[in-house]
Amino acid sequence: MLGIFFLFALESATPQILDTLSDIGAEIGKQTGALTPGQAESIKKAGKAVNKTFESITPEQEYYIGRTVGAVIVNKYRPVNNDAANHYLNVLGQTLAQFSDRPETFGGYHFLIIDSNEINAFSAPGGLIFISRGMLNCCKNEDALAAVLAHEIGHVQHQHGLQAIKKSRLNSAFTILAAESAKQFGGQDLKDLTTAFEGSISDITSTMMNSGYARSCEKEADKSAVEIMKRAGYDPNGLTAMLMEMKKNLKPDGFDFAKTHPSPDSRISDITQWIGPYQPVAAPAGRQTRFERDLKLN
Amino acid sequence: MKIKVLFGPVIIIGFAAAVWAADSSKMMSVQVKTTPLRDTPSFVGKAGATLSYGDRVETLGTQGPWTKVNASGGLSGWVHTSALTSQRIVLKSGQETAQTRASSDELALAGKGFNSDVESEYKKQHRNIDFTPIDRMEKIRISSTEIQSFLKEGGVSPREGGAQ
Repeated sequence: MLGIFFLFALESATPQILDTLSDIGAEIGKQTGALTPGQAESIKKAGKAVNKTFESITPEQEYYIGRTVGAVIVNKYRPVNNDAANHYLNVLGQTLAQFSDRPETFGGYHFLIIDSNEINAFSAPGGLIFISRGMLNCCKNEDALAAVLAHEIGHVQHQHGLQAIKKSRLNSAFTILAAESAKQFGGQDLKDLTTAFEGSISDITSTMMNSGYARSCEKEADKSAVEIMKRAGYDPNGLTAMLMEMKKNLKPDGFDFAKTHPSPDSRISDITQWIGPYQPVAAPAGRQTRFERDLKLN
Repeated sequence: MKIKVLFGPVIIIGFAAAVWAADSSKMMSVQVKTTPLRDTPSFVGKAGATLSYGDRVETLGTQGPWTKVNASGGLSGWVHTSALTSQRIVLKSGQETAQTRASSDELALAGKGFNSDVESEYKKQHRNIDFTPIDRMEKIRISSTEIQSFLKEGGVSPREGGAQ
């Protein structure tokens, strides 16, 4: 009974006092005989687990979350199996990732074209990035495409996907992990953990595909994109150029960027504050040649 | 005068802290699947030995986002700091440290939590979700040499010190 009380208290306490509260509660329970030493230890661990946030997810766990988020995306939007185009996308994307604040993730950055005329791009946690045909149509040069990839790398860098996981979901997972940290999982623990995993995947994919990230996250990703492009040597005006093209192609009632992202105009307004008024991208001829050659999809 | 009295100790403490930071070395772990040891603090630096997940390294200092490390076997070189964690990563459960310090914030158990077992369980429950495209895309790895050629061919000139 005492244990239940303290677990309830843990849910409503501030993070700063959670550890102390759980330790004191467990100790009182143990001293009064209300809890066995094993139960007391479990409560201490549960308290520490509840205190954890998405930042406690290790890069290895982020990798497995990302793989499944990616699998759900390519289940809905089939991949474009064009090796040359996907290779070009990966050379460009992996180059840009090196200029981000987080070039190293557990499994690295990988890019894939998905077969949809909707204007969409998704970044799964850990660095799996998906770009639709519709989005590629908004990119008239390599700098514009670099902008799209750099924006998605920005989401990975800031772990926006992981931030979409509900706190209650993380509490469940970390509580199981804390209780069973030194043992192999099996049976019910594995099932419970898989349930928390499944919920986490659902939280992330529904945010990415339906509601969209918070406006502040999109702004953060745009800002990172501009920085990555500048460091790499691409013209950040490519981002504005892509948004101007996107504005022409978006359907107001579409289930794509029109639904999940701030309007191109508001994004252009932010970008103008960072890089000044739009200047058309003037890329060398060789860059444009390979862009048109390697990204030919039909 | 008062300002001098107040700032004097602050400057001394700040200087002492800077000296300590420069001199101190600490142990860190590789937190990504693999990462190369490079001979210079840059992605264009020649890559030598490959460090693997959980490998312990002694840090010797930093330059921007790069950390100079000593690794086992007398190896040394530069690793991007985003590949490192101050946590000790225990690869196999059942080890003494894992049993006694598993809940410690200084320790991470590799393969615990959302892992390949959980992915397998998820696959059993969602047989319609095909992971083949994901496995395929993960195999695409671009070498440093190809990236350098790509930048050159496209006339892309990274900002000095731009590669993080």
